[in-house]
Amino acid sequence: MSDAKKWVLGLIAVALVLPLLKPVLPDVVSDYRLFLISTMIIASIAVLGLNLLTGFNGQFSLGHGAFYAVGAYTAAVLMDQLNVPYWATVPIAAIVCFIVGYLFGLPALKLEGHYLALATFALALAVPQILKYKWLEGLTGGVQGIVLPKPEVPFGLPLSEDQWLYYFCLFTMIVLFWAAANMLNSRSGRAMMAIRDQNMAAETTGIDIALYKTVTFGISAAYTGIAGALSASAIAFVAPDSFNIFLSIKFLIGLVVGGIGSLAGSVIGGIFYVLVDNSAQALSQFIKNDLGLQFDLSAYAVFGVLLIAIIYLMPMGIAGGIYLMWHKLRGAR
Amino acid sequence: MEQFLQQIASGLANGAIYACVALALVMIYVSTDHINFAQGEMAMFSTYLSWQLMTWGLSFWVAFVLAVALSFVLGVVIERAILRPLHTAPVLSIIVVFIGLLAIFNALAGAIWSYLIKEYPSPFPKGSFGIAGVIGPHQLGVVVVTLIVLTLLFVFFRYTPLGLAMRAAAQNPQMARLVGVRVDWMLALGWGLAASVGAVAGIMVAHIVYLDPNMMGGILLYAFASALVGGISNPAGAVAGGFIVGILENMVAFAGNQIEKATGVYIIGNGEKLTVALIIVIFVLTVKPAGLFGRVVVKRV
Repeated sequence: MSDAKKWVLGLIAVALVLPLLKPVLPDVVSDYRLFLISTMIIASIAVLGLNLLTGFNGQFSLGHGAFYAVGAYTAAVLMDQLNVPYWATVPIAAIVCFIVGYLFGLPALKLEGHYLALATFALALAVPQILKYKWLEGLTGGVQGIVLPKPEVPFGLPLSEDQWLYYFCLFTMIVLFWAAANMLNSRSGRAMMAIRDQNMAAETTGIDIALYKTVTFGISAAYTGIAGALSASAIAFVAPDSFNIFLSIKFLIGLVVGGIGSLAGSVIGGIFYVLVDNSAQALSQFIKNDLGLQFDLSAYAVFGVLLIAIIYLMPMGIAGGIYLMWHKLRGAR
Repeated sequence: MEQFLQQIASGLANGAIYACVALALVMIYVSTDHINFAQGEMAMFSTYLSWQLMTWGLSFWVAFVLAVALSFVLGVVIERAILRPLHTAPVLSIIVVFIGLLAIFNALAGAIWSYLIKEYPSPFPKGSFGIAGVIGPHQLGVVVVTLIVLTLLFVFFRYTPLGLAMRAAAQNPQMARLVGVRVDWMLALGWGLAASVGAVAGIMVAHIVYLDPNMMGGILLYAFASALVGGISNPAGAVAGGFIVGILENMVAFAGNQIEKATGVYIIGNGEKLTVALIIVIFVLTVKPAGLFGRVVVKRV
């Protein structure tokens, strides 16, 4: 067993035990913290979706919030209108998002670099309006959004709702990361990366570029859509204005900060943006209430500075930085 | 009929704004091949600057000129300090930096001036000019101001040595450098001018959309559509594209309204404006990437 595999299994074991420590360490493990970790897990899945597209296939997207929205709304509408159980909405959302992503991937085939970024940026800006479209109002609830029930603990397990949500998200995440790791390590994954690195050389070796690019777009959208579906269950609420351009920007932060083209980086990126988002809120409260300054600090000031700083200092993201440091340390020994 | 003319007139006014922002985008695009995703937020920030100057007691036009000048400096500084070191960086890095700038300006404006929506005055008093029932004074004023700005820019680029040098630096940096043009500074000046033109657009539109940190999102999207329709490598095309898209936007909403009145079926209205822009963007990019007046780019492989 390789080192990396041991680490991953160890981390999974810790993650599995963590919620059970609640009675033992009530100060460290609380329902709120578990919920926070669940949102980090969801964020990691969303960032992984973007990473599959941008990091491993070289197609840019500034509009992944759109697929997150499709996933969340698919789940919400299914639960609200058809009483589908929350766990069944996840695979359905994945299929719907795959189709939507695949279809968006078709025009995207003709676009490169800046132009694809532009088209997806436009998509991200238009999403809230599309969700408010009058004909969809019966389904989406218009501006009001949809209020959902929280997932219930099944089989009479002695867990709190947040503990159960945590396990559900963790399970989904493990399955999805395992699938992604296998896919990237296969012929298809190598083809994806070949297209990213050397488009033309890939084509001459017989890789069907159009097929791979569109299917990657679909898979990427499906991953992000699953994250959206999970978030709908977790927050128990969807509303159009939460799927604005800044959601897509958060995914980009996760991607860049964690590490472009790295599975571990997706996890780091997801954890990171949720953490900054939360601490910036706390900091803003502190500045306003305790210091009495009229200064509405939002997380995006931090995000923006970090984006630029990372591009200058650590273009491979945190995962890449750790990797380099690890190798330097090993080389020094 | 009167309603139709009104729609055309307000389309022209919107179009003037789009034309300005589109021109700013194109100015940066032709010289550096970058699409500035932060253009809208920069314009928003400039508009807040002018608002701040006005609350300190300056008159509208003094604040206008000062804010435009400050924006010029801001544009030059951003180019020199942030983008210059990255001129050989991969496309993704550049895009990420632009998104970073977008986030910073948005958050800064919110932090300094709060997210509350503010009224923004119009320099054109009610009933001063305009055509009753067709176009109001502010709308006409917007069109006139933008036309003046565009004419000044045209004269600057066409008839002054500096304008010629800037065009040379954009078209053929190596040759320009050989004949003694300081290409790096020309790029920075281009950024400054783009920021100024964006500021004009922001200040002119603020009375219509009100002042808030997210005011430029929709306008930026329409400006993208305009630049693409006109051909993203052609400044005059971008201006034409702005007016075309401005009128088109209002016509689509108008047609939707008429259909709803005639048949009672709602298809499209003011609520779908951004969706219309998205469709224009994707349509032009996939069907005719060179736009109406752009140069067709042929890639040698």
